[in-house]
Amino acid sequence: MSLQTRRRVLQFMLLGSTAFAAPRGLFAAEYGRGKGMPWSPLKGETPYYGTNDDRFFSPAERETVAAICARLIPSDSDGPGASEADVVTFLDRQMAGFYGRGQHWYMQGPFGEGTATQGYQSEHPPAMLYRLALAELDSYCRTENGYPFVDLPAETQDEILTGLDEETIEFKGVSAKAFFDLILKNAVEGFFADPIYGGNRDMIAWRYIGFPGTRYDYRDFVGHGGAAVRLEPVSLMGRPGWNRS
Amino acid sequence: MTKQLRSVDVVLVGFGWTGAIYAEKLTAAGLEVRAFERGPWRDTPGDFATTFAQDELRYYWRHGMFQEASQATLTFRNNGAQTALPMRHWGSFLPGNGVGGAGVHWNGQTYRFLPSDFEARSHNEDRYGPLPEHMTVQDYGVTYEELEPHFDYFEKICGICGQAGNLNGRTVDGGNPYEGPRSDDYPNPPMQMTFSQDRFAASARELGLNPFPVPSANMSRAYVNPLGLQLAPCTYCGFCEKHGCGNYSKSSPQTTIIPVLMQRPNFSLLTNSEVLRIEKSADGSRTTGVTYVDTSGDTYFQPAEMVVLCAYPLENTRLLLLSQIGEPYDPRTGEGVVGKNYCYQVMSSATVFFEEEFTNGFIGAGALGMVADDYNGDNFDHSGLGFIGGGYIACHTTNARPIESHPVPDGVPRWGSKWKRAVRENFLKTTSVGVHGASMAHRSNYLDLDPTYTDAHGRPLLRMTYDFTLNDRRLTQHLTPVAEQIARGMGGREVKVNDRRGSYDSVPYQTTHNTGGTIMGADPATSVVNRYCQSWDCPNLFVAGAGLFPQNAGYNPTGTVGALAYWSVDAIINQYLRQTGPLVQT
Repeated sequence: MSLQTRRRVLQFMLLGSTAFAAPRGLFAAEYGRGKGMPWSPLKGETPYYGTNDDRFFSPAERETVAAICARLIPSDSDGPGASEADVVTFLDRQMAGFYGRGQHWYMQGPFGEGTATQGYQSEHPPAMLYRLALAELDSYCRTENGYPFVDLPAETQDEILTGLDEETIEFKGVSAKAFFDLILKNAVEGFFADPIYGGNRDMIAWRYIGFPGTRYDYRDFVGHGGAAVRLEPVSLMGRPGWNRS
Repeated sequence: MTKQLRSVDVVLVGFGWTGAIYAEKLTAAGLEVRAFERGPWRDTPGDFATTFAQDELRYYWRHGMFQEASQATLTFRNNGAQTALPMRHWGSFLPGNGVGGAGVHWNGQTYRFLPSDFEARSHNEDRYGPLPEHMTVQDYGVTYEELEPHFDYFEKICGICGQAGNLNGRTVDGGNPYEGPRSDDYPNPPMQMTFSQDRFAASARELGLNPFPVPSANMSRAYVNPLGLQLAPCTYCGFCEKHGCGNYSKSSPQTTIIPVLMQRPNFSLLTNSEVLRIEKSADGSRTTGVTYVDTSGDTYFQPAEMVVLCAYPLENTRLLLLSQIGEPYDPRTGEGVVGKNYCYQVMSSATVFFEEEFTNGFIGAGALGMVADDYNGDNFDHSGLGFIGGGYIACHTTNARPIESHPVPDGVPRWGSKWKRAVRENFLKTTSVGVHGASMAHRSNYLDLDPTYTDAHGRPLLRMTYDFTLNDRRLTQHLTPVAEQIARGMGGREVKVNDRRGSYDSVPYQTTHNTGGTIMGADPATSVVNRYCQSWDCPNLFVAGAGLFPQNAGYNPTGTVGALAYWSVDAIINQYLRQTGPLVQT
């Protein structure tokens, strides 16, 4: 990227930011000269957590993604799954943000296929990989099964996802395996991430596995000696009872 | 157009642990020091306060405090016959970015390398005969005895919590009986262990091993360091590695050095300012300063009497190559030095799944663990084994951050109902016995500049050519079964062995212990810097960090990185400043 392009990207990031104050991390600055530790209120960078307005998927894409996630992390007699945790909302917000755009990834060409040990080599950032792969999945399902993915029975959906995972199903122009690996990784992120990101609604996944969340002091429990330590979870935004009437 | 600035005594390139160490000592000696950091300013209240620090998605999975791959990454291939491709996002390791560098998001496991680790070639050849051809293992050129006072000081700066095993040659119960002689005890007692460490220690002792507490930079109690800075007791919150500590409980440049430095009028720091090149005099015999670019895109020449490279090993290597200082390493001839002896770490583990007992892994800390050193370095007889070196075997409880840490037993699929149920059943009931193996240098593993891919400034990316060697494979095959045996003795329901097979894979996280590329040594033909970490080519250029390691030992690097920095800066103040020039004559 040329310096001019970089400058434009920085300007874009600033203008596109929801923060009213410029995040302090973006510009060169001088510290020291005996002035002590700098401090000013509200200068920390806020995380990109997304809001309900941050949408990337079309309604049909969103339905398909929700259906895939519901098979990866199913709702069953053992407990809640991706549907109850609202993983699709997490994914929608992520794809609409810097992650979906691949903004922090190295996306310069040339693009080569590479070995498995060389990792992600798609020329598409995550959101575009989803878009292209979802279109391919739709066309595969209509051709092979006569219906879109969302309308297929769970067993057939599982067979198709297994086919992507095991590379017996391939897409045109985009790697089915790269898509499967990415959506599985992202779905697990959405299931277990802090609820500020839109998934793990009401900390449902944390409660399911017994993770107490973002409590920060366990000194009273270090000597648990192998006994269960059951604590109600807390998220970065507190607990449901704290911020809801 | 490049603007020229007023000259300073010292320029530091990069501002993590080693930058802070050099800056503190050199400003105390009266020099004007200017540090450059390509990332942003970071401090506890603004960047990782307790109210938002515990965010697994933001800091680990979205790389909140790591180098921006979009700005500069590296390319990777397993061997010279392949075409290297960019690491488009981080996986196997996580280079730091911003003030404090990786010292903000490390775990805090703070070891001293063994005396024999500093003499890996001569020690092993004396005991076992010549090393294999193409194993380019070398001595450091500095000994443990020489570094001891600097290990001691770094431990006091950090307030390391541990149990001495060898005090001035006297063996102390409960510590590491294999460690080099220590001039003083650790400044703080070990952390409080949990159930998993107790089970590990009992099982290891049963096998005749000598477990001891992991030396920890997470505080077991309140502590004031020699600079007057105060650390608070660790709360075992489980968000240590890959996260900043909001509680001032983890030693970092921010908690142990920077606040003092910021009071000094002869220190300044420029953030979001990236050094593009180290500049040289016309005859190439000295550096004259650095050229850097800030976020406006303007470039500046900062003249300096002395330059110290304090960036991550990979970036220090790249800067030397880009600045054409030192002969680039050529794997075909084995000649040249810059980029030589890139090494890593050979990791494996055995996961224990309990049936009745709860390990409650969320009650953890980065360096909370018990460890055995009986299979590290040359602490055991290698005769007939076909490899040198070893690794520690440890049981840490660092976290149960659920995106990262939800192990399931063998045979469980990786998605669907069976997976989900297995995660729930085992989440609170697992621990792991890990092998942290050494990585020995080999002629074919190296760093150079990529011929194709460039960074945001149009400069070539660094290219890594790396695979595990025969020594690595034999080492891990020998040590992993020991870890498995300890794990099986811990009373769990089942054990899953995660051994290290096949080629090095840049995708799954292993460890951020990249070493070599700017190695130190006794001979300018085989090393980049001398025993004082001073460039053989430009005497007013010094290099810090794990890039100095001629090969990697079976330990976390930071303790030795800190000791080498204090050793080097001591030589600058007490020798170099009196008579500038080479500290080692050739």
